[in-house]
Amino acid sequence: MIHFDNVSKRYPGGHTGLSNVSLRIEAEEMVFLTGHSGAGKSTLLKLIGLLERPSTGQLHVNDRNLSRLKRRQIPYHRRDVGMIFQDHRLLHDRTVFDNVALPLVVAGVGHKEIGRRVRAALDKVGLLHKERSAPITLSGGEQQRVGIARAVVSKPPLVLADEPTGNLDPALSEEIMELFKQFNQVGVTLLIASHDIDLLNRMQKRILTLSKGQLVDDIKPGPADGGE
Amino acid sequence: MISSRGLLMAASKRLLKAPQIWLQRHAQVALSSLGRMAGNQLATLMTCAVIGIALAMPLGLHVMLGNLQRISGAWDSGASISVFLKQTVSDEKAASLAKELRLHQRIEGVELITRESALEEFQQLSGYADALEALDSNPLPALLIVQPKADYTTAETAQLLVRELKLLPDADIVQLDLQWVRRLQAITVIAQRAVVVLAALLGMAVLLIVGNTIRLEIQNRRAEIEITKLIGATNAFIRRPFLYTGFWYGLFGGIIAWLLVAIAITLLSGPIANLANLYESSFSLSSLNLSTVASLLLGSSLLGLAGSWLAVGRHLSAIEPG
Ligand SMILES: Nc1ncnc2c1ncn2[C@@H]1O[C@H](COP(=O)(O)OP(=O)(O)OP(=O)(O)O)[C@@H](O)[C@H]1O
Ligand SMILES: [Mg+2]
Repeated sequence: MIHFDNVSKRYPGGHTGLSNVSLRIEAEEMVFLTGHSGAGKSTLLKLIGLLERPSTGQLHVNDRNLSRLKRRQIPYHRRDVGMIFQDHRLLHDRTVFDNVALPLVVAGVGHKEIGRRVRAALDKVGLLHKERSAPITLSGGEQQRVGIARAVVSKPPLVLADEPTGNLDPALSEEIMELFKQFNQVGVTLLIASHDIDLLNRMQKRILTLSKGQLVDDIKPGPADGGE
Repeated sequence: MISSRGLLMAASKRLLKAPQIWLQRHAQVALSSLGRMAGNQLATLMTCAVIGIALAMPLGLHVMLGNLQRISGAWDSGASISVFLKQTVSDEKAASLAKELRLHQRIEGVELITRESALEEFQQLSGYADALEALDSNPLPALLIVQPKADYTTAETAQLLVRELKLLPDADIVQLDLQWVRRLQAITVIAQRAVVVLAALLGMAVLLIVGNTIRLEIQNRRAEIEITKLIGATNAFIRRPFLYTGFWYGLFGGIIAWLLVAIAITLLSGPIANLANLYESSFSLSSLNLSTVASLLLGSSLLGLAGSWLAVGRHLSAIEPG
């Protein structure tokens, strides 16, 4: 599903985002990404979503060679990758429904189909009753769930989340992780960046650790925990 | 290889449902960009008004020129030669001269305005009746209005006739009325060019106005554009609402220009009919015809579209999510 082969990312100005990272994530895995601030977690996720291009190395996602992907093809790649952000990135002049519908509208899905799928996604995150609300009227946790609904509404095979529980209280974080587990159970590959060590330990999933742009640890849970 | 298969499948799926969804999507974008403009009423109105005024200028001039051409065209065929006789020529002598000229092979007809009738007409029209009465003698000369035969109404042949009439011992001033018509026509041609140049300049202004408005709109919606790109929107998808907005600006600007010129024509038509009456003409100001309005609206919409295309091309690709 995801294959980094000696990937480095240097930002203009000489900052190193990632250096020589090689890793492989299989389809239907659920993987956490951790490390200190500035370790390169966001950079790694951005490379997968093609928000940034690798400086060197080969990167394959969904069997696509991202280094060879033409500019024109980037949108089609992004439609196969659901992205969730700490700051939600919702459109504040649209309703919850319209926000969640956006990936489907962008992909040219028909009107009726959009209604059906958006309601299914909102129902999944428990916000069906808020479909007509404006995002700002929702709590932080609710907004995050709208973001999650938007990321999964088009049923992408891969979902990336960058600190999805960053400013949520432990109970809410647990709830969100529970949602991710459910998506994973129906076959979605998940890669979640977080520095909430306690939460990661409780989840019993594979954990990748970055430090100063390098992959320093890759802990897989025992077979009893049913990771792979 | 899987990727190309995936793209292919997506493409064929899109093609199957394409026409309906394509139409539905465009109608939706067209309406929602209209709704967004309506939500910002004052700014929208001002932009449209500026475009309307810019377009109304060349349009109004174009209509005026059309009318001028109609006037000069109508008088071209009926060109006549005015022969003012000398003061000393009596009305009787003038009448016999008129009779003589009517037999001339190049002359269709001669209208005689005697000194007597000239004075009467002048008194009626000028309102200087009392002043003229105070004069001992009639100061006005007799006038022969000579209508050349149809073959002799072109500028050169009429000129020959003028030269011949100038040789008459009783003639004082001989005037070919065609001359001012010709001059008017020459001026009209120059003015027409000027209108084309003005239209081109103001068209460019409209392009810049729309371009700048769209540029600001793109800046305002930067966050939205970034998020939409993140979610996998193609550049065409993101471009579309801005292009529709430019199109609407152009169309509404065109409609405002149309209204402005139509109002100006209505306001002017009364006084002009009066003026025409004074010249004993039934001339009335012609208003905008359908083809002019149609090309105005088409042109202004295309200008709006082009203006937003320029802005979108320059500014949209610079916005990438990070
Ligand atoms: N756009 C950018 N331009 C220049 N340098 C950048 C840019 N984005 C990130 N960096 C640098 O790359 C390194 C990795 O940043 P990154 O955002 O990936 O870290 P992170 O692990 O997500 O940190 P955090 O936990 O604080 O979010 C940092 O040193 C950062 O300064
Ligand atoms: Mg980060």
